[in-house]
Amino acid sequence: MLSALLIVIAAIFFTGIIIRTKSLASGRKGPQIMQPVLDVIRLFRKGVVYSETTSFIFQIAPTIYFASVVMAMLVVPFGQSSGVLSFNGDFIFFAYVLALGKFFSIIAAMDTGSSFEGMGASREALYSMFAEPAFFILMGSLALLSGHTSFQEIFTALHIGSQISYALAALATFVILMIAMIESSRMPIDDPKTHLELTMIHEVMILDNSGFDLGLILTTGYLKFAIYGALIVNLFIGVIPYQYAIPSFFAIQFLMAVTIGIIESFMARFRMSHNPQFIVALTSVSLLIFFGVLLILNKFM
Amino acid sequence: MHYLTIKNNQSVSLSEIPEVSYSTFLVLNTGMVAENLGRHCVNYFGYPDGDQIKLICCIADDTDHLIYISSCRVDVNTEYASFTAKNLCFEKFEREIHENFGVMYSDHPWLKPVRYAHDRVDMNEIIANYPFYSIDSEELHEVGVGPIHAGIIEPGHFRFICNGEQILHLEIQLGYQHRGIEKLFLETKKLNQLATLAENIAGDTAVGHSVAFAHVWESLCGFESTRDLDFARTVALELERIAIHTGDLSAGCTDIAYQLGSSVFGRLRTPIINFMQEWGGNRLSKGLIRPGQNKFPFTQALADRLKQVLDAFEPDFDEMNEVLFNMPSALSRFERTGVVSIEDAAAIGAVGMAARASGSARDIRLTHPHSLYAELNHEPFIKHHGDVYSRFQIRRKEVTQSIKYLRTLIADVPAVAEIKPAKATSAPGANLFTLSLVEGWRGEICHCAITNADGELKHYKIKDPSFHNWLALALSVRNNEISDFPICNKSFNLSYCGNDL
Repeated sequence: MLSALLIVIAAIFFTGIIIRTKSLASGRKGPQIMQPVLDVIRLFRKGVVYSETTSFIFQIAPTIYFASVVMAMLVVPFGQSSGVLSFNGDFIFFAYVLALGKFFSIIAAMDTGSSFEGMGASREALYSMFAEPAFFILMGSLALLSGHTSFQEIFTALHIGSQISYALAALATFVILMIAMIESSRMPIDDPKTHLELTMIHEVMILDNSGFDLGLILTTGYLKFAIYGALIVNLFIGVIPYQYAIPSFFAIQFLMAVTIGIIESFMARFRMSHNPQFIVALTSVSLLIFFGVLLILNKFM
Repeated sequence: MHYLTIKNNQSVSLSEIPEVSYSTFLVLNTGMVAENLGRHCVNYFGYPDGDQIKLICCIADDTDHLIYISSCRVDVNTEYASFTAKNLCFEKFEREIHENFGVMYSDHPWLKPVRYAHDRVDMNEIIANYPFYSIDSEELHEVGVGPIHAGIIEPGHFRFICNGEQILHLEIQLGYQHRGIEKLFLETKKLNQLATLAENIAGDTAVGHSVAFAHVWESLCGFESTRDLDFARTVALELERIAIHTGDLSAGCTDIAYQLGSSVFGRLRTPIINFMQEWGGNRLSKGLIRPGQNKFPFTQALADRLKQVLDAFEPDFDEMNEVLFNMPSALSRFERTGVVSIEDAAAIGAVGMAARASGSARDIRLTHPHSLYAELNHEPFIKHHGDVYSRFQIRRKEVTQSIKYLRTLIADVPAVAEIKPAKATSAPGANLFTLSLVEGWRGEICHCAITNADGELKHYKIKDPSFHNWLALALSVRNNEISDFPICNKSFNLSYCGNDL
C-alpha cells in the first residue's frame, strides 16, 4: 500500500523536475514543477473528440492503458512492505500487464488509419519487443540469486548478499533506467519535445487523442516513470527502516529525474536505425548480470 | 551569333536579343549547358507576344562572368521537343512554361503542374488533383505529409513512398502559397510599393530579393549606383546570411533533439537581427533597401555598434560549433544523411549553399559579382560529400566568412552621396531587358524585367534559389530513413513562397 502512495506522490513531481532541469540547462527559467499535473487537470475537465474513422477500440484504449499501469503499480513493493498485490511470479504479471496496456495503445493508434500513427505504432512495438528480454533476464537472474519469484521477496533477499550484489544492483539500475526511458519514449530513443510527426514514436501515436483521454495517457506516462524509479529504489533499500527508506526513495526518484533531464539537454537523439542496436545491447548488460549471478552461486564449477 | 552576351545587371534593348528558330534555340541552350559544367540556366521563361509565346533563356557562365541571352517564338498549340530530355536542369522551367501558357512538349518526362498559377491555361487542373507518382505494391506504403506543416511554417505537400522506415521516393507538391506576385509587379505602379512587394517575395530573404529588385530597377533607369548604396547592400546581405544561417543551425539542433545547440544558436541570432532593427527599424530588414536611395545611411556610429555585436557573437558562435561538430551523437545524425551526389547536383542545376555542399563552386559573389563583392575577393567554401553535415558545415564557415567581410567593410565606411532619388529612378527606359543576379543566403536569386514602349514593366520574372533546390531535397532523402526527413529538409531550408510566387 505504502509503495503505491509513494509512487503517486513521486509521479506528481517527476515530469516537472525533468522539464525544469532541461529549462535550467538551456538557460531558461522554465515552467513551475507542477505544470504537467496542472495540464492534466485542465485536460480532465475537457470533453473528448473522436475521429469518425475510429472504432470502439480507440475509445477504450486510453482507459485500458491507464488501468494496466495502475495494476502494474500495485505489485511494486517498497522495502519490507509488499505491494497491494504480491504473489509468486508477480514480476511476470507486472511485465505483461504493462504489455497489455501497450498493446491497446498500439492498436488504438492503428485504428485511426493515419499513416503517421501506424509508423509510430510499429516503432513502439518493435522497441518494446527488443526491451522485453532485457527485463526478463534481469528479473530472472535476481530471482535465481535470491531463490524467490515475487518482487518483494527478491528485493528483500537481495540486500543480504555480498558486495557483488551491489555491483549487480548498479548494472540493474542502468538496465531499469534505460527500460524506463524506452517505455516512456524519452531521449535518446525518442524526442518528446519534437513537433515533427515523422520522427516521433510515442507522441505520434496519441495525435488523435484529446481531452480526458489525453489526460489519462499523460497521467499514465507520469506514473510509469515513477514505477520504474520505485523498482530502482527497491534494489538498494532492502530492509532498512522507513525513516531512512522513505527519504532515500524520494532522493533516488529526484536524482533519476535530474539525470534524465541532463541526458536530454546535452545529447542528440539516436538515429532511428541505431535504436534497435542500443536496445538489444541492454539485453547483453542483463546477460552480464545473469553471469554475475551464476558466478556468485558457483554454477561454473 | 544566335545569342547576346551581357553582364550581371546590364540592360539591353529587347530588339538586340537575337530571335532564333526553336530547333536552333534548343540545340544552342542545351549545348551550352552540356559542354561546360561551369554554365547553368539562371532563368528560362516565356511571355505572351501577340498570339505567340516569346521564350527567353538566360545561361550564366561562371568562369568568364557572362550571361548568354537567346530568344525564340513558339506557338501555343504546337508540340515541341523539350530541353529537359537533353538536360535535366531545365525541367521546372519547362513545366512552368507549359502550365502558364500551354506550350506542349513531346518528350518531357515529368510534365506536372508547378504551382497552379491563378492565370494558368488549363483551369481544370486543380491543386486537389495533383497527379502523384505512385507504385502499386503490397509491400510499400505511402506517407502523405502536409499541406499543413507540423511546425506551421508554410504549406506544402510531401508524398513519400516507403519500404518500412526507408524512403524510396519523395514527391514534393507546392503551390499553396501562390500569390501571383509577378502579376502584382505589373499592376503596381509606385516604386515604393514595388520595393515592398520585392522584399515580400520570400520573407526570409527580404534583403536578397529587394537588392535584386533594386538592381533591376536602377539598371532600367540607367541609374549609376553610388558607393554608399553598394556598401549598405553588401552589409545587409551579409548580415542576413549570418542571421539566417545561425537560425538554421539552431533549427538543425532542434531536429536532432540537441537542446543546448538549439538554445545557444537561437540566442546568437537575436543580437544580429536586433542590429538590423537598430539600423533600419525592422528586424527582418524590411524597408531597408530601396532603389536609388539610401534611406538608412550606415554611419560610423552604427559601424562601431556592429563591431561590438560581432565581437560578442563570434567567440560564442565558435565555441558552440566546436561542441556541436565534435559531439558523436550529433555527428551520427548529420554524417551520411541526405546525400546529394555531385553528379545529381550538377544535373539538376542546384544553386547556392546546397550546391556548394555538393562540390559546386557556384556563388554569384564570385562568378557575377555585384555591389562591393568584387573588392572582397570572395572565395566560396566547398564541400564534397553533399550530406547534411556538409550543409551545416557550409553554414558555419559562411557565417565566419561573413563576419570577416563585415569587419573589412566597416573599417572604411563611405560618406553618404547626395542623390536626387525621385528623378534618377522614376522612369525606366523603353523596350529594355535586364537581368540581375544576387547571391542571397540561400543561393542565387535571379530577377528579369522587360519594359514596354512606355517604359512600364511588361514582364517581371523572379527565380528564387528554392526553385532549383526543391528537387535536390527530393533526391537527397532517397534511401534514407523517413525519420531523417526533417533534418534533411532543415539542412536545405527552402522557401515555399519563393517557389510559389
